[in-house]
Amino acid sequence: MTHRLATGAAAMTRIALLLACALLTAPAFAHKASDAYLTIERDGQSLRGQWDIALRDLDNALGLDANADGDITWGEVRSRQADIGAYAISRLQVSSGGERCSLTPTAYLIDTHTDGAYAVMTFTGACPRPGPTLALDYRLFEGLDPQHRGLLNFVENGQSRSVVFSADSPHRIVGGDSSGPLRQFATYLNEGVWHIWTGFDHILFLLSLLLPAVLMRHRDQWQPGPSFRASFIDVAKVVTAFTLAHSITLSLAALSIVVLPSRLVESGIALSVVLASLNNVFPVVANGRWIAAFGFGLLHGFGFAGALHDLGLPAGSLALSLAGFNLGVEAGQLAIVLLFLPLAFALRSTWAYRRMVFAGGSVAIAMVASVWLVERAFNVGVFGALAAR
Amino acid sequence: MGITTPDWRYAVFAVAFALLSAAACAKPFVPPSDAVVLERLPEKNDPALAELKRMRARLTTNPRDLDAAVAVARRALEAARALGDPRYLGQAQAALAPWWTREDVPSVALLLRATLEQSQHDFAGSLVDLDRLLAANPTMSQARLTRATVLTVVGRYADARLDCAELTGKVAPVVVIGCEAAPASLSGHAALAYGALVQALGRPGAGAGVREWALTLAAEIAARRGDAAAGERHFREALTLDPRDAYLKGAYADFLLDCDRPREVLPLLHDDTRNDTLLLRLALAEQRLPDRRETFAAHRDDLAARFEAARRRGDSLHRREEARFRLAIENDARAALTLARDNWAVQREPADLRILVEAARATGNADALKIATDWVAAHHLEDALIVAQLERPR
Repeated sequence: MTHRLATGAAAMTRIALLLACALLTAPAFAHKASDAYLTIERDGQSLRGQWDIALRDLDNALGLDANADGDITWGEVRSRQADIGAYAISRLQVSSGGERCSLTPTAYLIDTHTDGAYAVMTFTGACPRPGPTLALDYRLFEGLDPQHRGLLNFVENGQSRSVVFSADSPHRIVGGDSSGPLRQFATYLNEGVWHIWTGFDHILFLLSLLLPAVLMRHRDQWQPGPSFRASFIDVAKVVTAFTLAHSITLSLAALSIVVLPSRLVESGIALSVVLASLNNVFPVVANGRWIAAFGFGLLHGFGFAGALHDLGLPAGSLALSLAGFNLGVEAGQLAIVLLFLPLAFALRSTWAYRRMVFAGGSVAIAMVASVWLVERAFNVGVFGALAAR
Repeated sequence: MGITTPDWRYAVFAVAFALLSAAACAKPFVPPSDAVVLERLPEKNDPALAELKRMRARLTTNPRDLDAAVAVARRALEAARALGDPRYLGQAQAALAPWWTREDVPSVALLLRATLEQSQHDFAGSLVDLDRLLAANPTMSQARLTRATVLTVVGRYADARLDCAELTGKVAPVVVIGCEAAPASLSGHAALAYGALVQALGRPGAGAGVREWALTLAAEIAARRGDAAAGERHFREALTLDPRDAYLKGAYADFLLDCDRPREVLPLLHDDTRNDTLLLRLALAEQRLPDRRETFAAHRDDLAARFEAARRRGDSLHRREEARFRLAIENDARAALTLARDNWAVQREPADLRILVEAARATGNADALKIATDWVAAHHLEDALIVAQLERPR
């Protein structure tokens, strides 16, 4: 068998066959593959955790065996504690309410599992935003061992839940099923409002459609609208159409009935903003804007669903949470409309409104949205952080 | 080339490890001194594994070097097989990562991917890759040999034999005959296959690796045909060629257990307790030996913990072994039957059928027994123990 692993071109054919022969006898599997055991306990915005990682795997990633004698001693582990902590923590992303929680190692110990000795790292975490769920992104030993699994035990309100991370599913959402239904609903309502207020593309789309509502088109000229009632009806039509449309697709996507690729959705949303704002400068559709609001609203619904996906829906109260999120989006949107309409109506006869806000604003929106369109369609960063939604 | 060299220091370590394992339920601890050895790396006494580690380190500086990646994957696969340690499968897959999901995988990487898939019991995925490989390179002998193996494991004997026939003249005769003997002996031609294999083994020329493989195969066919004397002879000779081969040791341990010679299993496997499949055989032997009650209890608990650990990670590679464990050691026939049936849906070697029959008999499950009876009838399976079990009145 000495030559089974020999190298060299001349021996290649022979080795190829020897290897195959070796494999003809079905493999007798045996030890365990690489696992790490992660426990996370959540109490509000603070986290407490323990992470058991096999010394063999850490050696594989970091080279713990300093004197290369094939033995890993406590001294060798102890001198690399900081590296172990930094390595592990950098491969675990925990987010609450869309913002990343900071994790800090607190102690290093040793434990044994069925396949050997493990480094045990305890840690605490602090989440800047509360959230109904915890989004976890687990990448330990990514690239080093695609067979590695992270076995998470998530504990909240005395209930625990097991989740397995693998190279194929590094992203999981936990929590949120243990609080009461009312609290659940309120949390998702809050998330919906938050999402529309921080989702500039949705706001700019809505504004583009609302800006002309206090005006009217007369002989190819924009004139002040005749009455508050007329403007109100116009706004109501646009908002209702937009709401109806995005509620439909948000539900369809959240329940995984219809799934569209996010790049397509996000590019489509950017395009909708470009078209809606350009329509104010070069009018094509004057009175049927509610139709555009409905058509593009379908796309925006898929966008909301993407945000909801990142947040995660608790399996136990899916419908309630979905309804809460949707109503939150509507409430947030209504608040914008209620602020916009009286103000715009009062200013509608001024030169400043028609020239600066309406025309200038529309051009500015079109420019911003064009950049988004390019960024999202071609996956490039034009104004990177600025465009972050 | 030694993969592991057990020595007295390892024995000391093993004892320490066992003590630590026994205390596994205890809380995490801070070791009393810096000098405490926590883990002995597998490459400690194994130049081949040490070299693999160096090769992997070199590969990280240029992960897109296909030749280097293939060399690492080959050696890691070989280590996975020799030690039965799936961590090396992960290393092999990682080395091939740049080509793993690509549509235009280079042939050499595709072959290794198929081999890895086979190792992980993804036989369907493995066959897809092998079909593709052979469509493009019909003369690639290794791919054909691997496909014959996979086809045999899933019970497609006629297809497997076609692949073996294609190898004639392209590889050493004993390889062709061995390739052919595996599926032929499972589909009504055991005597012919065995005769041809013994004859081929009588001719000189095969390397030690090929010879050991062919001897193991001959031993298994002889045992299935009920010729214990011949089985014993072939197993012994194979063991002189490679006394550490984990597959061979497991097969010989099963043979000894079937011959009701449990005491001989102890010296064969006492250094292999870190290997789950071998530990199971050791425990099965100890179970029958009243003076081994204490070690049996410890090994039983250890196995239970390992199956639990595998279950937690969603592993299904151990189903055959776990079914045996549940049935023979824990007397949980119903759990054993569920595992055996799930296992039979994936792989169909005689050992898979054997545990299915045993679990079906223990639970009196007519449905599962019929699956087994039909299989034996359809393929004319010659396996003395399975046939006897099926014929024995319930």
